[in-house]
Amino acid sequence: MADASPTASTAATGTPLLSARGLGRRFGGLAAVDDVSIDLAVGQIHAVIGTNGAGKSTLVNMLSGELAPSAGSVHFAGHDVTRWPQPRRARAGLGRSYQRTTLFPEFSLAENCRLAAQAGAPRPWRFWERASADRAGLATALRVLAEAGLAADAERVAGTLSHGGKRQLEIAMCLATAPQALLLDEPLAGMGAEETGRMLALLTTLKATHAILLVEHDMDAVFKVADRVTVMVNGQVIASDVPERIRTDRAVQIAYLGDEAPTLAAGAAALLPEGAGPALGRPGGRPR
Amino acid sequence: MDLATFLVQCLNAVQYGLLLFLVASGLTLIFGIMGVINLAHGSFYMLGAYLAFALSPIFGDQFALRLVAGVVLAAAFGYVLEWAFFSFLYQRDHLQQVLLTYALILVFEELRSLAVGNDVHGVPVPPWLSGSFRLGGLMEYPWYRVFASVACLVVAFALYAVVNRTRLGMMIRAGASNRDMVRGLGVDIRRLYRIVFAGGVALAALAGMIAAPLSSVYPGMGSSVLIVCFVVVVIGGIGSITGALVASLLVGFVDTFGKVFFAEWSGVGVYLLMAVVLVWRPEGLMKRAV
Amino acid sequence: MRSDGIVTAPLNDTRAEVGELPDIGRREAGGWAVPTAAVLVLALLPLVLSPYAQDVVVRIAIYAVFALSLELLVGATGLVSLGHAAFLGIGAYAAVMGSGESGASLFFLVPIALAIAAAYALCVGLLSLRTRGVYFIMVTLAFAQMAYFVFHDTKVGGGSDGIFLYVKPVMQIAGTTVLDLANRAHFYYAVLVVLAATYAFIALLLGSRFGHALAGIRVNEQRMRAAGFSTTPYKLAAFVIAGALAGLAGLLLAVKDGGVNPELLSWHTSGEVLLMIILGGIGSLRGAVIGAIAFTLLKEACQSEALLGPLASHWQLTLGLVIIGFVAALPRGLIGLVERVRQVGAPRG
Repeated sequence: MADASPTASTAATGTPLLSARGLGRRFGGLAAVDDVSIDLAVGQIHAVIGTNGAGKSTLVNMLSGELAPSAGSVHFAGHDVTRWPQPRRARAGLGRSYQRTTLFPEFSLAENCRLAAQAGAPRPWRFWERASADRAGLATALRVLAEAGLAADAERVAGTLSHGGKRQLEIAMCLATAPQALLLDEPLAGMGAEETGRMLALLTTLKATHAILLVEHDMDAVFKVADRVTVMVNGQVIASDVPERIRTDRAVQIAYLGDEAPTLAAGAAALLPEGAGPALGRPGGRPR
Repeated sequence: MDLATFLVQCLNAVQYGLLLFLVASGLTLIFGIMGVINLAHGSFYMLGAYLAFALSPIFGDQFALRLVAGVVLAAAFGYVLEWAFFSFLYQRDHLQQVLLTYALILVFEELRSLAVGNDVHGVPVPPWLSGSFRLGGLMEYPWYRVFASVACLVVAFALYAVVNRTRLGMMIRAGASNRDMVRGLGVDIRRLYRIVFAGGVALAALAGMIAAPLSSVYPGMGSSVLIVCFVVVVIGGIGSITGALVASLLVGFVDTFGKVFFAEWSGVGVYLLMAVVLVWRPEGLMKRAV
Repeated sequence: MRSDGIVTAPLNDTRAEVGELPDIGRREAGGWAVPTAAVLVLALLPLVLSPYAQDVVVRIAIYAVFALSLELLVGATGLVSLGHAAFLGIGAYAAVMGSGESGASLFFLVPIALAIAAAYALCVGLLSLRTRGVYFIMVTLAFAQMAYFVFHDTKVGGGSDGIFLYVKPVMQIAGTTVLDLANRAHFYYAVLVVLAATYAFIALLLGSRFGHALAGIRVNEQRMRAAGFSTTPYKLAAFVIAGALAGLAGLLLAVKDGGVNPELLSWHTSGEVLLMIILGGIGSLRGAVIGAIAFTLLKEACQSEALLGPLASHWQLTLGLVIIGFVAALPRGLIGLVERVRQVGAPRG
């Protein structure tokens, strides 16, 4: 269970909740992920960025348990979960959202969340008990919907939500299982400015009580909320540090902007106001 | 069992396996490329057998001509069938495909019944292939069975060559992994599917034509071959020609030797083989490799 | 209609009862009133029907039990099995072989039929569920074919002729025969009770946590696993329950026919029961029952010389074409048709 006490936020300096060492995955002759190590701690948002094909999704799949690694190990909440299948990791407190919205479109929002919560207390043999009478589950469902800002739509059929609403529901469903760690795969994909703002506010709230891994392409968002940024290129980690240092890291700049990068960066910095730096991934940079 | 019998059974196993491969390769190609499960595939095998029967009075002793004519007719039939019926199945889910192709079997069976009746027919072996050859004093083996195996092997190589070495084959393999991209490259994906489907039908029909003198021609020959083909595809992996070959030969051996050693329980052997593969490697022996 | 053909709530239906599912398991029109009324009508039918007509009703009712069992697998869980006839046949053979030469008690035969069918379902399920999609369809077909060969070729059953049921089962309590299935009226009501009980049991199951989990697996198995459900045991449980219920239908069929033969396990039987549920409408228990009725009547009609004259002997052709037309035009089946009519009739608020 997530610990909401003040000491949780200082756990960032203690033992990481989720820790991967030397993770690697080969497909035939191709190494999609090569010797990647990463830590997640409660109170932190750890962002993973990288160009397309960098291996981010493969990494997340290995952390969640959907893909078995060719090498390396994953430890979660004190257990070696490397061989654990996804459902077992989920029950231990590792939640995951998907890049492509993965919901139950035919069910109501409340049922989506109630069913997700049922995983924690399945009791499948009591076939005479109605699922609709699952008070505890429904209460959990309404609570997480409120957290995600969807309480008003509890009875709506999930398929009728806007894209942004569906992404919010996805997060709510993750929360329904009371996870300690969240693996979020591009939660902002396809969202407009307002929806992005709401989602980022939600993530910042959640960060206090959860360990969050955030895979994203939206650099503005990443640099707004991340406490730590890991950069992947061609399946390998080329840098892992606090956002300010990542921004000016030469290797990262080369990866995103090519060999001209340091010159470009210096030139851009000369043109921009004091204290500004190029935002990675956006040609020409933007003032902060 | 003595050496002679053993060798004969081995040759029988290979011959049966290779015939199965022809039918199964068509099935696995159609499923691998177009994503359609086709219960009526066995009917194409039956079609080939009945073509052999129907065409033999026309072509008489010109066996090769008869085969060619049969294959051409079957391919044409497949081409039209894809256009008229199967092209509508691609968008539908598996359950609907199963039921629609099941209904198609009923239609085919009845059409066959109307066209040629329900009798069992024999098809004569062409005279230049009749008789057996002797291996020293050791054993005798019918020439026709040798021909059947060789013919299937030739087709197998030709299939491999087409899929792996020609432009058509490249389009087929590309179409299997990314339809939209292939379309974007200007390939008419509809015609491609039609050609693949016609090819699959022709393969099955050719197998039926070759098998006709061996097993005679009877209603229901389609269903028995179909289910064994499904086992072959499960064992070998969908979309994999190599897998279909390996699996067909395995099935050929299990079935042939099963009949020798286990008599009435032999029918079960193939399914036990499938069970073993499912325990060991559920995704099939070969990964998808068209 | 989703691409996997599963019936979904029409999306202009923006509200769903909290905690309820929009399709299977949902309160269908009229709630329990319609099925209860149907049972009452069926119970009163023997008063007006001829013995021949009663036989037809009994046969359809047994197939309805068979179809309901498959609906649990296909409609609720999303597992398309093309080998369900195996369990029907195994239940039938168990009943006949268990009766021996002097008959047996239902207290013995029913558990035996259920247990043996469930056991085979467990073995087949463990292996088949290692596969998905098309593979699953092919593997279930293959295992049914295996069972077919066991009964057809070997001495386990009576070979291709099948076995004769010498004495129909009875139920005795404290020495008195309470139920004798050789008695036409007893058998009719026994079948009716089994049909009603099966319907009620499956409906109850689908509204439970287990049933909702099955629905979740059908709609999005990936999300279920991400939430923490180990989905394979759920699917296996559905597979075994469906197999056991099919075995029960098999027992009834063996009693009805006075014997069993291996053709009961043929893939034609498996195909036909799938046709029944798609005809009636996947995702609806009523659809399964309606489908059983519709298919049986349709098949009879195609074979009827009175109706079709010389075409009757080529009934496979007519049946095949009708099925193609039906599946192509009405993928949601008869229940789907009823829904559409209801929607057109009722104004949307």
